[in-house]
Amino acid sequence: MSIINLTIDNKKVSIEKGQTILDAAKKVNVRIPTLCHHEDLCVAGNCRVCVVEVEGSKTLSASCAVPAEDGMVVKTNTPKVRNARKDIVALLVSEHNTQCTTCYRSMNCELQALSAEYNIDNNRYLSVLKPNIEIDRSSWSIEKDDSKCVRCQRCVRTCAELQHVNALTVSGKGKDMKISTFMDLPLNEAICTNCGQCVIHCPTGALTERRYFDRVWEAIGNEKKHVVINTAPSVRVAIGEMLGYPVGSRVTGKMVTSLKRLGVDSVLDTDFSADLTIVEEGYELLQRLRKALVENDTSIKLPMITSCSPGWVKFIEHIFPEHLGHLSTCKSPQQMFGALSKTYYAEKKGIDPKDIVSISIMPCAAKKFEANRPEMNDSGYRDIDAGLTTRELGHMINQAGLNFAELEDSEFDSIMGESTGAGAIFGATGGVMEAALRTAYELVTGRDVPFDNLNILPVRGMEGIKEAAIKLENCLPDWSFLEGVELKVAVAHGLINARKIMDQVAAGKSPYHFIEVMACPGGCIGGGGQPIPTNDEIRKKRAEAIYEEDMNMPVRKSHKNPEIIKIYKEFLKEPLGEVSHRLLHTSYKKRNHY
Amino acid sequence: MGYKGLKKVDIIFDCANCEPLEVLKKALAMTPDQIIEQIISSGLRGRGGAGFPTGLKWKLAKAEKSDVKYVICNADEGEPGTFKDREILDVVPSKVLVGMAICAYAIGAKEGFVYLRNEYNFLLKDLNPLIEKFNKNIQNLGLDFTIKMFSGSGAYICGEESALFESMEGKRGEPRNKPPYPTKIGYNGKPTVINNVETLVYCTMIIRIGVEPFKKLGTSDSRGSKVFSISGDTTKAGIYELELGIGVDEFVKEFGNGDTKAVQIGGASGFCVPRKDFKNKIIGFEGVPTGGSMMIFNSSRSMYNVLKDYLEFFAEESCGQCTPCRVGTQQLLKGIEAIKRGEKPSSYLNQLLKLTETMKVASKCGLGQSVQNSFSSIVNNFREEMIY
Repeated sequence: MSIINLTIDNKKVSIEKGQTILDAAKKVNVRIPTLCHHEDLCVAGNCRVCVVEVEGSKTLSASCAVPAEDGMVVKTNTPKVRNARKDIVALLVSEHNTQCTTCYRSMNCELQALSAEYNIDNNRYLSVLKPNIEIDRSSWSIEKDDSKCVRCQRCVRTCAELQHVNALTVSGKGKDMKISTFMDLPLNEAICTNCGQCVIHCPTGALTERRYFDRVWEAIGNEKKHVVINTAPSVRVAIGEMLGYPVGSRVTGKMVTSLKRLGVDSVLDTDFSADLTIVEEGYELLQRLRKALVENDTSIKLPMITSCSPGWVKFIEHIFPEHLGHLSTCKSPQQMFGALSKTYYAEKKGIDPKDIVSISIMPCAAKKFEANRPEMNDSGYRDIDAGLTTRELGHMINQAGLNFAELEDSEFDSIMGESTGAGAIFGATGGVMEAALRTAYELVTGRDVPFDNLNILPVRGMEGIKEAAIKLENCLPDWSFLEGVELKVAVAHGLINARKIMDQVAAGKSPYHFIEVMACPGGCIGGGGQPIPTNDEIRKKRAEAIYEEDMNMPVRKSHKNPEIIKIYKEFLKEPLGEVSHRLLHTSYKKRNHY
Repeated sequence: MGYKGLKKVDIIFDCANCEPLEVLKKALAMTPDQIIEQIISSGLRGRGGAGFPTGLKWKLAKAEKSDVKYVICNADEGEPGTFKDREILDVVPSKVLVGMAICAYAIGAKEGFVYLRNEYNFLLKDLNPLIEKFNKNIQNLGLDFTIKMFSGSGAYICGEESALFESMEGKRGEPRNKPPYPTKIGYNGKPTVINNVETLVYCTMIIRIGVEPFKKLGTSDSRGSKVFSISGDTTKAGIYELELGIGVDEFVKEFGNGDTKAVQIGGASGFCVPRKDFKNKIIGFEGVPTGGSMMIFNSSRSMYNVLKDYLEFFAEESCGQCTPCRVGTQQLLKGIEAIKRGEKPSSYLNQLLKLTETMKVASKCGLGQSVQNSFSSIVNNFREEMIY
């Protein structure tokens, strides 16, 4: 790589060739405003907010798109630049629904911030906002309001580059150009996986999650109802960002207290049902291996692939419907929790399940869809009544007027509130795999996984596809058929990587026994329901916090969770048993391929 | 400025003694560098409108190290008031193909495409068999080059070279960020020379007649002649090849109907020259450049309607990706309508003129950048017509 030298606002910069002017400016702390630019995505250069003056060029250059060159002289704050930027922001405002007071993204909107920064006069230009734009609320998960769209195409690039789903596309040209779906289908009919990555990459309120917090407030306010909430592992390491904490802060205790202060009857932990998922899924894997290796049952599909990410599940239902047999039949922790909250929990607490309102707080947009899947009523009721995002919880805490930082820490309620480090790491890519291996290896051999301090580092980190292999030796008598088998696993996050893994499976060339797939980059810590912004640096910090959470837990293996041991003893009887099958396992369906 | 009288020229459509394949043979007897040298010294600039020096473009593409390079003939003729490429492809298509083959030989390309405007598909019934035959002929001459037709997908913006590549690659026709330029990264990411139909014919003809006869036409900045599409208030509408550098008054004298109020030179993205400026403007790169569109308006025409028409066109044909162009074109259109209706003061025109400056410096491609040309030249010269 060759190094080039240029000048930005009279500051000298040295930078690798191939970097943009924007990269170079960042290096010398020159802040250039951007809108269509996002660290996660390819260059677009279409909003033109980041224009700068390059000596010798008649036109301005979009600093996010123009490569820095040796000897370049760049000015970022000249009258020409300021005028153009101000005009551009004013133009964006002129086609925008400026009802900021009623916008969900108000105070966290990039256009609003730019408009404030450039002191835009709303009367500078006529409004060219299209009249009668209908908000698409067809999806359980995502709401699309074109009146707030700035056409930056961040969502389109997200859907294409990070997810390879291409549910969102650009249609029309000129004044009619808009973000659309294939054939302009409503989102619930499009190939959308509900992952919500478009939502966390949208700079404005054009794409948001469907909000259900009013429904929750109503349940809380209804004295006849018993409200139970389960909070996902990655919420506790991200919710702080909405409440004044730096990225990567672990605020588990305060989060629990805040939920209790909201008036929730019982604050429980998704980590508990994550542990349960691991036990069920671990046994399912071993059973599949036994059937395939010992009984030579050719109907058994290997590799087995995790099913806890509902965006991923919908993706495979759309794109690889002929390979649904590879999915674990285990429900996700949210849905296991839901089914148990209205059976086991109700029974133990002596509450009529019809009076229980079961809510989940998730880092996820797709969980809303999952909660509404028609088959998710094995308890006899809607297993989960509402799935909220981390962001919605942040709003509820603010609505309740709580001073989050001042709250004392408290513990999850019981039952179904106890968890392990293995449950906690579900929130990061590779976490399910690591938790599963900690349990499966011990089941088969009676020993700890052969990794220092139980930390299975090869499956951690932000690489798109990770692999690991563990040789099973000195197996217990029950599992002697696995003696000498090298268990091969893979972890993929971001649906573009999931597709690579699935292409291999579809071609019959997958070398793995077990694969973890998470729809979102980074896993749940980068989920579509997480605080905005989310980018690589933020995902890494949240993941670090998750692993700290794990290290701080007294128990770090799912099957050693005392409440898990108890629920099998008192209610489920055995993994993959009759009750488990009825409440904790599910099936999948083929969906349209367009 | 080299003011010239009107002179009709016959190079493009001249077929006397011109067996196109003979020209190709002549070119193949030269070295690629010699060909490029000739095109450079002829001073030929692109005839699509932007006027980039053709020889330099070829030289840049030749310098790129790549096994795969492309030659593309841009026949997505879409500028309002331009219809000369259609005629060229209809009457002398072999000269276009030879131009492509010469370019391919000069830069080392093995594949070429004619990107034909969708509305010109009626030409295919003649072009397809011709190309098939031509491909065989050039193989026989020992040149490893094949030409294919590509039928465009219908948007004005696809005439912009990088949007054209996107369109050919099966994507939405949106201009790319530049740099990199096509000679470095073009179609399929490979070095590509993309030339207008007419430019390629001039290349053929420069090889045939030599540099000097071409060079002695025109002015220092605008060498040679050019094919014009003449329309509007004229009794002589049609296609004419004229020497570059002619005065607009000479042009109007020949083609106007005696009551010419303005000439729109270069189509919707070109400039409007009002009667008072006929005498001191010349047609060429140092004066008023044009891709060939010459629209003549007489006194009965409302320049407000002319401008509104152009703005409606731009608001529709902008690809919509970049803010200044997508929203700017709508603002200009809505703005002049509001002024006309008295809903905005006439001073709002100044705000709109400033907006075109932003569009010029900040738009992503030539479309948004050139809206100012027609807007400011019409508004500044016919301000009263905009208001009353």
